[in-house]
Amino acid sequence: MDGPLIEISNLKKAFGQNIVLKDISLQIERGQVVAMIGPSGSGKSTLLRCINLLSIPNGGRITVGAQTIEFDGARTALPNERSLARFRASTGMVFQHFNLFPHMTALGNVMEGPVTVLKTPKAQAEAEARALLSKVGLLDRADYYPDKLSGGQKQRVAIARALAMKPSVMLFDEATSALDPELVGEVLNVIKGLAREGMTMILVTHEIGFAREVADQVIFMRDGVVAECGPPSVVIDNPRQASTRAFLGRFKASSEAAGVDAVA
Amino acid sequence: MDRVESLSEPKSRSHLGTALLVVLALAGGWAAFQHLSGGSSGVGVAGYDWDFGVLWKYRGLLVSGLLYTLLFTVICVVLGLIVGLVTGLGRLSSNPLITAPLRAYIEVFRCTPVLVQLVWFYYALPVLTGLEMSAVVAATLCLSLYGGAFYSEIVRGGIISIDAGQTEAAKAIGMTRLQLLRRVILPQAFKKMVPPLMNQSIMQLKNTSLLSVLAVPDLLYQGQVIAHDTYRPLELYTFIAIAYFAVLLPITIWAKRMEYGARSSEV
Repeated sequence: MDGPLIEISNLKKAFGQNIVLKDISLQIERGQVVAMIGPSGSGKSTLLRCINLLSIPNGGRITVGAQTIEFDGARTALPNERSLARFRASTGMVFQHFNLFPHMTALGNVMEGPVTVLKTPKAQAEAEARALLSKVGLLDRADYYPDKLSGGQKQRVAIARALAMKPSVMLFDEATSALDPELVGEVLNVIKGLAREGMTMILVTHEIGFAREVADQVIFMRDGVVAECGPPSVVIDNPRQASTRAFLGRFKASSEAAGVDAVA
Repeated sequence: MDRVESLSEPKSRSHLGTALLVVLALAGGWAAFQHLSGGSSGVGVAGYDWDFGVLWKYRGLLVSGLLYTLLFTVICVVLGLIVGLVTGLGRLSSNPLITAPLRAYIEVFRCTPVLVQLVWFYYALPVLTGLEMSAVVAATLCLSLYGGAFYSEIVRGGIISIDAGQTEAAKAIGMTRLQLLRRVILPQAFKKMVPPLMNQSIMQLKNTSLLSVLAVPDLLYQGQVIAHDTYRPLELYTFIAIAYFAVLLPITIWAKRMEYGARSSEV
């Protein structure tokens, strides 16, 4: 298929008087990994949530693959629930706090989408779910309930659950922010593996080093606009905007301070 | 945390056991005292001539009354649960045209005495609607709606206690609202609802004793009939109190245990 996989045009989102996204336009090619960075409150998580319609934008247009949805805040002429659900199913979402279903095993969590939403036969869904769990290194935890898993294991199950829907894009909303530092690596490794396979991904992240390593494109957001966008060698290493430099400078300072602490 | 809970369960059970022993001991002592003093003086209450044989004589009526009470409880609990589930889910709608009338229904039934409601359904509603209702129908309708109002709040509370992240995760894998309710929210909420639903159902059983005012032949009504017949209120009403107690105590203990189970599985 030609053209970008994801196209966002003039996207607007406000919560009451508080305007969070101001006229965002973006294009993401198939197979690209995009990292969204920026200070908290800059709208990066909201933008991610708008792409799979967990937040409904007030204006603009979103295209993912063959599906396009237009938003007109005034008329709120939203598509019906079923097509909203179908749209969401084509985008995989991984949350900061995992949000696994606590009453289902790891295997049950991964099978749930295919069985309930896609009506995949149980045996087939189970085989696919086991393959995905093995891919994230957790086949031996298939029958564990989430409360018996570590944070890193939970997040890997959550990634497998999202992959089970065979999404055309994976969205990660600060997927490692709630993890203990020593558990971050195992989740980042899974994400790196997906990048190597050519999965299209958008990551909202505070891991600047990881963003530089894995992203094809870095988007720096500030106050609801895309302040800077380009390859990591430009946005992270040689930012053109003063605000980007200030944000990354603070980041460098704090990670150096953390390094000093670790030594001391 | 785990230790504290596993310790507190047997402890509270032994509290219950102690309380029971005290009650039984007091009753036994009092009966013995009555028996001894009755034998010597024979004056007033002390000289009351117990006759529990009357219970045996009227066992058919008493058993049918007890069965009626149990049957009525089951019917009113089932209907009440259906009403409570539907109205509890309805209260979660964002449309005030749905939520406002439901809220009104719940408050009306929660804020008026159930005895007043029973009398109103039997004597006043037929005047209003022109429909004749038997006492049984009026009582079923009233107690089911009354229980439903309380169940409704339990259902609603159980559902809104589930973390919003669960809804988001279910939506993110493409579930419709009905699917996420059935597969994700209700199974988790139901676990939290069971103990309060049990307690409310125990209240429902006790409330069925009010049916006697409408001459529905439940346990209390049959007891009243026999007491009038035999002039043996002491034996009959004591037996009836014990009968309610004997039915409810095991259920209460069971409900308590479920409560501990629900709480410890949450950790």
